[in-house]
Amino acid sequence: MILGIDVGGTHTDAVLVQNFQLVKKAKVLTNQANIMASLLEAADRLISGNNTNNIHRIVLSTTISTNAIVQNKTNRVAMVLLSGPGLSPATLNLGKDTYFAKGYVNHRGIPIKNVNSREIEDISNKISESQIRQIGIVGKFSSRNPQQELDTAELLQNPSRNISLGHRLSGQLNFPRRIATTYLNAAIHDIYRGFVQDVQNFVTRIGPNIPVYILKADGGTILIDKSLDCPVQTIHSGPAASIMGILATTCIKEDAVALDIGGTTTDISIFADGVPLLEPSGVSIDGRKTLIRGLYTKSIGVGGDSVVGVENGNIFIGPQREGPAAALGGPFPTPTDAMIVQDIITFGDKRKAEGAIAFVAEKLHRSIQDTAHAIVEKTAALISDNVRQILAEINNKPVYTIHELLEGKVIQPKMLYVVGGPAAIAPFVAENLGYPYCIPDHSEVSNALGVALARTTAEITILADTEKRELIISEEGHVQNIPHNFSLEDAIEVGKKTLREKAVRMGAKPDDIIIEITELQEFNMIRDFYTTGKNIRVKVQIKPGLISAGQARSNHA
Amino acid sequence: MPEKEKKTGLIFFPAFDWAISANHPEREERLLYTQDQVFEEGLLDFPNILEYKPGIATYADINRCHICVPNPQNLTTNSHLISAGGAITAAQKVLTGEVDNAFALVRPPGHHSMLVAHGARGFCNINIEAVMVEYIRHKFGIKRIAIVDTDCHHGDGTQDIYWNDPDVLCISMHQDGRTLYPGTGFIDDFGGPNALGATINIPLPPSTSDEGFLFALDHVILPILDDFKPEIIINSAGQDNHYSDPITNMNFSAQGYALLNEKLAPDIAVLEGGYSIEKALPYVNVGIILAMAGLDYSQVREPDYDAQRIRQSPEVTRLIENEVKDVMTLWKKKKNLKKQITGSAAYIRREKNIYYDTDDITEKQIETVRVCNDCGGLVTIESSADTGKKIYAVILPNSCCPECRKNGEIFFDRVNSSQYNHIYFQDRQRDVFIVK
Repeated sequence: MILGIDVGGTHTDAVLVQNFQLVKKAKVLTNQANIMASLLEAADRLISGNNTNNIHRIVLSTTISTNAIVQNKTNRVAMVLLSGPGLSPATLNLGKDTYFAKGYVNHRGIPIKNVNSREIEDISNKISESQIRQIGIVGKFSSRNPQQELDTAELLQNPSRNISLGHRLSGQLNFPRRIATTYLNAAIHDIYRGFVQDVQNFVTRIGPNIPVYILKADGGTILIDKSLDCPVQTIHSGPAASIMGILATTCIKEDAVALDIGGTTTDISIFADGVPLLEPSGVSIDGRKTLIRGLYTKSIGVGGDSVVGVENGNIFIGPQREGPAAALGGPFPTPTDAMIVQDIITFGDKRKAEGAIAFVAEKLHRSIQDTAHAIVEKTAALISDNVRQILAEINNKPVYTIHELLEGKVIQPKMLYVVGGPAAIAPFVAENLGYPYCIPDHSEVSNALGVALARTTAEITILADTEKRELIISEEGHVQNIPHNFSLEDAIEVGKKTLREKAVRMGAKPDDIIIEITELQEFNMIRDFYTTGKNIRVKVQIKPGLISAGQARSNHA
Repeated sequence: MPEKEKKTGLIFFPAFDWAISANHPEREERLLYTQDQVFEEGLLDFPNILEYKPGIATYADINRCHICVPNPQNLTTNSHLISAGGAITAAQKVLTGEVDNAFALVRPPGHHSMLVAHGARGFCNINIEAVMVEYIRHKFGIKRIAIVDTDCHHGDGTQDIYWNDPDVLCISMHQDGRTLYPGTGFIDDFGGPNALGATINIPLPPSTSDEGFLFALDHVILPILDDFKPEIIINSAGQDNHYSDPITNMNFSAQGYALLNEKLAPDIAVLEGGYSIEKALPYVNVGIILAMAGLDYSQVREPDYDAQRIRQSPEVTRLIENEVKDVMTLWKKKKNLKKQITGSAAYIRREKNIYYDTDDITEKQIETVRVCNDCGGLVTIESSADTGKKIYAVILPNSCCPECRKNGEIFFDRVNSSQYNHIYFQDRQRDVFIVK
């Protein structure tokens, strides 16, 4: 059996899954001040008595990292930057504990200026004086050559310190994002480690040797002890759990749009051929742009409890929420009240809902039913407009080859999946968008189901420069020599092998390691009219999805 | 450092799957390291730098400024349509007010493509700036446009297309034609009889460094722009004046390029040449983007930059000062030149021999322009190439006067069609293009 727990902003849901069927579920309120308590409470409701013996996999999603960042419960971090020339550091959002050091490499990873060990020692002393224990080291183009970050780390290393290295967290280019990512990784290290210890104590109560996984922003899982080096990857697990929930409760294979409609907001996500889209560069959190691989989701200020009002003779909806629906004693009319008036849903006190809508109807000089209908349509239209805008943005994303420009994939949704409390609005949104809708089964615990069944994901970036005779895999800190005739096929082979090993370390089962090549480029390097080598760039990934047996279930369904 | 941030549009299209040929300087790898540098510096995350996908130019867009022989379909591939389309997208974003300025970082380039095009010259098949300029005039009704060509090679194609157009100011600053392809662009290339002073050439001696380029900018380009009062300024932004460029001999730097762009403040910049793909382009492009966006570029520097090593000699400085003086002397006399040049002639003829180095084609051309005080003047062209193609073209200018129009229509009607493979009628004023 698999135990899946999703710690959400409002509720913590837990499910027990056997043979990919839901066996038992529980829902408790989340205590944001004590996430561990909520987690235990939800789990305890499921694992009463003897069924603990059968649990062979535990997967959690947690808001611990996100909350630590948003609520500023972070460690002080000393950032050591090897930035070289280029963009002025004044344009970057840097804290007071930032130290600039000599040393940089160029776009091909060729060292231009070396690290100065005396300067690093000076910095080290200053860090000690400030009693900072968390250090982030980031070099410009360090994903093209990690050596200078590694050299700096060696000079700063001591047992009381914990060091985060930029190149390990992503193979992508983007120095400011690498800085933000590395900073956050270091900043949440302590609070995250505390959480992991608590989880491990709890798991030993259930049984020894049960592998425990944690959900990452990209909807994939990682063994919890392996996540200690990269806690920042566990941010945004809420939206990730919701998207994985769609995969776990439907047979999605097509281009589709998914809506998670809550009280305050609606989260929109997009699927291409049944696979959830990832953010192109990385997720943003608390106003910081990072390189963290994460599922694409856009949150808009329209939900079931959004305040409805009239301005200049027109209905407006949200973005504020001032409490629950009027039918449940809330202070203002809401889209939920309009749906109650229209008999689309039944709950709460219908008369209170009518009273609230009457207030809007009066200002519009229309009947209550008319007004309720207009509010429902307007809510659906707002959501639909945002969906269309998102699709236009995604389909107009810049591309860099003629082939992609002329024949690139265009997402054309065939289905709208809707989860969340106010999902009853689905038919209206679907009609506005012009494609059918589906409200999955078990949608009240679909997040926890998604968490339980998510497979391990990973990505690595291979860069081979046959002029330099060097191959680099940034995320692994791996550098090796290659012969001058090293080929694209060789690079793919090294990439697949390395990714497979990495996935196994992260806890993937062999059946779930389905490797996909996401980038494949090879350039002849010509200097002074002679070919001097090849610049080969390959990216391989295990894409987000369900563990293999879960996949099989949805194939049969 | 620039004072005010601007909203800058970036149309970045490196065409990673297209090359003229495998070892050609104009190949897949050309913008690879530029992309790396732009990505690594995080430029696309700035809220005032917006990236757009290029559009695709149509054959009608090309027919507004070129006479392609036999037609644009035969002369272009998708790469050319996208490169010109990228320039058009840049113009659209600026002129609809979505951004304050825009940079089309596209390839292949276009500034060696002339009005009549039998093939490719200097890596160019169609003139992407001219396609954009005619689009701007046609769709946005803008009349006065300035093109400042800062590529190291003379912008001979752009000059040829606008030779007789008094409303398009073409300024080219380049390495002296006696020492570099295409071997033209001397001071006395000054525009057709009805457009004198709307073509300005500033040939600079080899080894000119930042100092010399900025001197020419301050003492020729900016004063002439001030006088011309264009509605928009376009920079034909070649990057081969860089000290590390393998096919030229100049000493310009990334800092120099950035400062030039800050001072020139183009509404639209379009990438032209520049083949030091690893040592120059990444830094020059980052510098230009930052300068256009009004962001601090003061710390952008090539790894091997050494101001001392590339500084121009006093001899070069003296040559440039003289050159600048000569250009300005000629320019101040421009109003009196017309009578001297035209005398009592009703038509002025220009004979040209054009070599298409990229496609190995030789063309003989006779261009005739009607001397006119009311518009740029009716132009007719007779052109034959060693491909065996012989054509005749009638071109009506943008603000065509009734007399030039009447004559042009008569010429087109009466031309002896048996002599030519194709006869073209290009009416830039009414956007009409006819082939017979």
